[in-house]
Amino acid sequence: MSDALPAVHEQYQVATQQLAADRLGLWVFLASEAMLFGAVFFSLAVYHYIHPAAMHAATDQLDLSMGAVGTAVLLSSSTTMALAVKAAGEGRRWETLVALIGTVVLGLAFEAIKVHDWFDEFGKGLYPPAGPPFPLPQPAARLFFHLYFVSTGLHAVHLAVGILLVAGLVIMQVSGRLTLPERMVTVEMVGLYWQFVDIVWIFLYPTLYLVSR
Amino acid sequence: MTAEAKALPSKSYLEDGYTLSSWFFSTDHKRIAILYFVSITLFFFVGGAAATLIRLELLSPTGLFLSNDAYNRLFTIHGVVMVWFFLIPSIPNTFGNFLIPIMIGAKDLAFPKLNLASWWIFVLAGCFVIAALLIGGVDTGWTFYAPFSTMFSNGYVVPAVIGVFIAGFSTILTGLNFIVTIHKLRAPGMTWFRLPLFVWAIYATSLVMVLATPVLATTLMLIFAERVLGLGFFDPKLGGDPVLYQHLFWFYSHPAVYIMVLPAMAVMSELMSAFCKRRVFGYKVVAYSSLAIAGLGFLVWGHHMFVAGESVYAGLVFSLLSFSIAVPSAIKVFNWTATMRKGYVSLDAPMLFALGFIGLFVIGGLSGLFVAATGLDVHLTRTYFVIAHFHFIMVGGTVSCYFGALHFWWPKMTGRMYPEMLGRGTALMIFFGFILTFMPQFILGWLGMPRRYHLYPPEFQVLNVLSSAGASILAVAYTLPLIYLGWSLFYGKRAGANPWGAAGLEWLIPSPPPRENFETVPVVTWEAYPYPLKPQPVERKETP
Ligand SMILES: [Cu+2]
Repeated sequence: MSDALPAVHEQYQVATQQLAADRLGLWVFLASEAMLFGAVFFSLAVYHYIHPAAMHAATDQLDLSMGAVGTAVLLSSSTTMALAVKAAGEGRRWETLVALIGTVVLGLAFEAIKVHDWFDEFGKGLYPPAGPPFPLPQPAARLFFHLYFVSTGLHAVHLAVGILLVAGLVIMQVSGRLTLPERMVTVEMVGLYWQFVDIVWIFLYPTLYLVSR
Repeated sequence: MTAEAKALPSKSYLEDGYTLSSWFFSTDHKRIAILYFVSITLFFFVGGAAATLIRLELLSPTGLFLSNDAYNRLFTIHGVVMVWFFLIPSIPNTFGNFLIPIMIGAKDLAFPKLNLASWWIFVLAGCFVIAALLIGGVDTGWTFYAPFSTMFSNGYVVPAVIGVFIAGFSTILTGLNFIVTIHKLRAPGMTWFRLPLFVWAIYATSLVMVLATPVLATTLMLIFAERVLGLGFFDPKLGGDPVLYQHLFWFYSHPAVYIMVLPAMAVMSELMSAFCKRRVFGYKVVAYSSLAIAGLGFLVWGHHMFVAGESVYAGLVFSLLSFSIAVPSAIKVFNWTATMRKGYVSLDAPMLFALGFIGLFVIGGLSGLFVAATGLDVHLTRTYFVIAHFHFIMVGGTVSCYFGALHFWWPKMTGRMYPEMLGRGTALMIFFGFILTFMPQFILGWLGMPRRYHLYPPEFQVLNVLSSAGASILAVAYTLPLIYLGWSLFYGKRAGANPWGAAGLEWLIPSPPPRENFETVPVVTWEAYPYPLKPQPVERKETP
């Protein structure tokens, strides 16, 4: 395996050491990212607890079915990404390419659903700072929607970065710069990031759509 | 020690290119350390200039030359610059960057390009903050408390917040780099419990950097969203909750205190062992207490909010946890002190800084117990007592150690010795100047003088003048090293590989070190701090 790895930088003695460092680096990065989202999650959790009635009223305004469809789409993209990593590790180049393209398409579909949701909610007056008047009387319901827009927005930005990364892999592979299975670690790293962004949604979806329904 | 780590005759890292781009785009951890050193020195004097103006203004009960608004902007810029652009990067990004790879027997950090990127990110962040300062400043205080910062402040909050936000990524990337390096790049034989305690403490710091800083990023993002987009998280008028801001901010900012002080503790272990020629007493306990401080540091943020509308029960728990964090800190102080027992103590400048640290840190730590007690804190919070408390920790503690580290590793970094007598004089001036500056502030706070006002009742003038007199000593003492260290770069005595007769891999390689640190990767067969050193060229007496 070790002769099939990319060139070793001078600070490493062997390729496996470099690989282990790359992997650990990404995990540490994801731990940091988890704390970034953690702040929003805990705020939401606390206000679910302090203002259950307002949170219930606010949650009811969200389109549950669109949320469910989005979740399904995103979970499917997790599957295709996992398939891409597996195929890349085994050097099956065509399958990798198809799975990566599928991931990009599903990621874009999720973003489209989310943008549609936002426009829909804006139209109903659920974006408190602008648009039609906010329909609910409770102040905490406004807070819910402020946190809703910031958390889904932050997630969408992360997903957009993921889509760009996977699209980059597609371009690299089409132009022949992604030699497999030698550069499998690159696919693996992007895959890990992608799964992280999906897991964030797996927590966001119930926190926003289900808990107070 | 063994021959694997012997000196080698290759070019030093300072001779590895003389162009500007060979510095600004170098991926050598030692050069990046120097880049950080130069940039944070600039920020130190910006923040220091603000402090000087504050102490001048406070000479008179009616103020000398500033409006209320200008005074608010002055202490804000002092806080923002000193916290995020000096204290947080101070020891980790200069000495950590320079020393961690060498101490563990590696040729560089795990991700050298990321290291360079983090410096550039830091510079970009600094540009935003300096721009905010130049176009008119910020008047919120370094804490950016909402809803003042989001709805009412007429200062330039947005550029300042963006600057701090960007600086956070520099911190996160540095922490990430250190964690991976310490895990994966240790030389053969360099087990976890053979690591110098410096590395342990920087490791603990890095954990806090990586896990706390993103929460600051989120918090600043919310300020931005509220101020610019009108999304109300903190302003009650928009449905927000101002207490939420304080929870989020202190969830970061209390651990950030340990980002600032754990590296000072890292330096302490090295200084005490090197100048007592003894292994640090209770090595493992000191190592674990670094991790304990890092962990407990995440659980005590509520002690900043005893009067902010937090529940009594929450206050009790936060108070208890805050008391408990004093335990690992005290363990460290006792162990450093015990290291001196039966040691060959030499009072060179770095050791004087280290002893100064113990004195100032103990006062700062004990006064921390005062403000951790809920009942007492109601009286003391938002007074000069709190100002004195945290300056004792962060300036008395961290800045003393920063200067101790600077003198200790100066010969290693530059290959030159500094003038010893001037170094000792500076150490003494910093210690006594510091006491004179901040002791009166404890009394002022106890008597009820609130922080962040430039007008005060005339009966407080004597203590304020004493404090300003101390600050003038500090101003001289902090400027002196700039002059004599600068002088020593050209005229200082050449330093050998190990001018202090100290243990540690960094002292086995030439001063200044070659580009690749070690010609061949060292194989470590000895424990940390193997005093008395046997094959060292420095003469020393045998242990009785
Ligand atoms: Cu605190």
